[in-house]
Amino acid sequence: MRILYLFLLAPLLFYSCISGTTNTGSSSSRSIISGAGATFPYPYYNIVFRDFMRSNESYTVNYGAIGSGGGIRSLRDHSVDFGASDAFLNERELESMKGEVIHIATCMGGVVMAYTLEGVDSLKLTGPLISDIYLGKIKKWNDNRLVEENPNVKLPDLDITPVYRSDGSGTTFNFSEYLSVVSKEWNDIMGVGKSLKWPAGIAAKGNPGVAGIVQQTEGAIGYIGSEYALTLRLPTAKLKNKAGNYVDATLETISAAANVSLPDDMRATITNSDDPNAYPISLFTWLLVYKDQQYDKREIDEAEDLIKLLNYIISPEGQKVAAQINYAPLSEQALEKNRKLIEQINYNGDAITLSK
Amino acid sequence: MKDKIFRFLLFFAAFLILMLSAGIIYALVSRSTVAFQEYGFWNFLVNPEWDPRPATEEYGALSFIVGTLYTAFFALILCVPFSLAVALFNGEYFKGKRVSSVVRSVVDLLAGIPSIVYGLWGFYAVRPLIIELGINAQGFGIFLSSVVLAIMIIPYASSLSTEFISMVPNNLKEGAYSLGATQMEMVQHISLPTATSGIIASYILALGRALGETMAVTMLIGNTDRIPNGLRDTGNTMASVIANQFGEADGIKLSSLIAIGLLLFIITAIINLVAKLVMKRVARA
Repeated sequence: MRILYLFLLAPLLFYSCISGTTNTGSSSSRSIISGAGATFPYPYYNIVFRDFMRSNESYTVNYGAIGSGGGIRSLRDHSVDFGASDAFLNERELESMKGEVIHIATCMGGVVMAYTLEGVDSLKLTGPLISDIYLGKIKKWNDNRLVEENPNVKLPDLDITPVYRSDGSGTTFNFSEYLSVVSKEWNDIMGVGKSLKWPAGIAAKGNPGVAGIVQQTEGAIGYIGSEYALTLRLPTAKLKNKAGNYVDATLETISAAANVSLPDDMRATITNSDDPNAYPISLFTWLLVYKDQQYDKREIDEAEDLIKLLNYIISPEGQKVAAQINYAPLSEQALEKNRKLIEQINYNGDAITLSK
Repeated sequence: MKDKIFRFLLFFAAFLILMLSAGIIYALVSRSTVAFQEYGFWNFLVNPEWDPRPATEEYGALSFIVGTLYTAFFALILCVPFSLAVALFNGEYFKGKRVSSVVRSVVDLLAGIPSIVYGLWGFYAVRPLIIELGINAQGFGIFLSSVVLAIMIIPYASSLSTEFISMVPNNLKEGAYSLGATQMEMVQHISLPTATSGIIASYILALGRALGETMAVTMLIGNTDRIPNGLRDTGNTMASVIANQFGEADGIKLSSLIAIGLLLFIITAIINLVAKLVMKRVARA
């Protein structure tokens, strides 16, 4: 008999779970803003959303770090209020969305070359050298071309193990975008993309996966998001930028990369920047929102909440947090373009005025 | 009346399970059709190309099928000597003794260790050994994943084999002894042959486990999307490619990954079916 009750209990529990989730969704007075997408800015969003919720108790912001592709898919399905990506949408992706999407840059980062080589504290690399390492053409650390670039460093006679991302990633996109610009061969063989077909090396999932392999393998080199490498203080290579200077990835050199004229829609790559102090593989990361916020049964309040959140991110408080956890804050020019873009967000053509 | 309600509840529970499985199959089939329509079922199966670049996008499952079979079968071969020894220890030589129950629970404990822990252990403890042995320069690859997989599947292979070995009728064994056979000869000529099909079935089930293992393999195999060039090379399995690439996948790539999931489902289903058939034969004999 007791078993019978258990059986009766199970559907009851099941039912209460379902009704429980719907209750919190509709009846409470809290407004929920949900988003999904890139993993690269996740630590930043985690903190900036938390601060936003603290400054305004009536909001809850949910963010699922499921990858840019998942974020774009979710925004297309209208299952989230905003998506997030560290590669801007290409024309084909823009067309596939159910309405015009705008890109709001939130912070900047870089892609660094982390390596593990005993006795080598400083390493200088150029774009073409990185390209040849990943194409499998430079196989040894004491290759002549590497030695030429690093005359004062004793490079060992050791195989190079290039490590790349096994999952599709904005980091890969920006890394390959940079190499395509500086190496024609890379552009011909590999191209640009969130995931590529790699002729050499081994792969691991996410920044932690790549960092783990690089740290544990003598002779490995891998490209990693700067925020991750800076936090872990991994040894990273100095890269030669367009002006010919060798620069370390720091928040200043990454920010310097945005000192170029940016397009009005902020869909800009800032790799191989002209600025003499710029770190060459720098990138923006974006939140994606629909320009016209009237879709499905969305109410104007929800659109207002979303705009409040966007404004908070580009406010001085929001940007200050970025630097604290090793993301580079946006330049004044980028912030200005962002403000103009946020102003364009409307509700069925009507401008949205924020009620305080 | 109570009986009737109970029967209905049981029926409902069983029906729910059936519906769930049907739902899984439906979801896999309906979402993989895009890939199968684009490439054709056979072409998808035998195409080793996996090229996610937008300009030359093309997907085939062969490199992952090969990688999966490679790791799983090699792991199975590696696990046989250990699991068979454990099975004989528990099912014949030390049957019913206290030491056997200790060994048994320790082996069962192996089955309870989460996959990610095996992955970490392989990453930090086994990989340096592989590098030391000179298998390959960075340690990752088919060899490393198979070694770790082999240990992961030992409990599955050994616990069932133990059952079948201890089920060998005593009168058969006594007959062998009365003819002057030593224990070793008895095991060799009576226990093992009698339990063969049961042991084979348990290995097939262990193989099924090895085929679908995801987390540990993803951490250890190197994740390169091409047909592995021998045991020392890196590769990718069907489960690990899904784990790696699902998050960012879209369009035809997403469909191709789901198609790989469907293929893995089919392969595992066939393997389980074969094991069931073999065991049925044992039961009849």
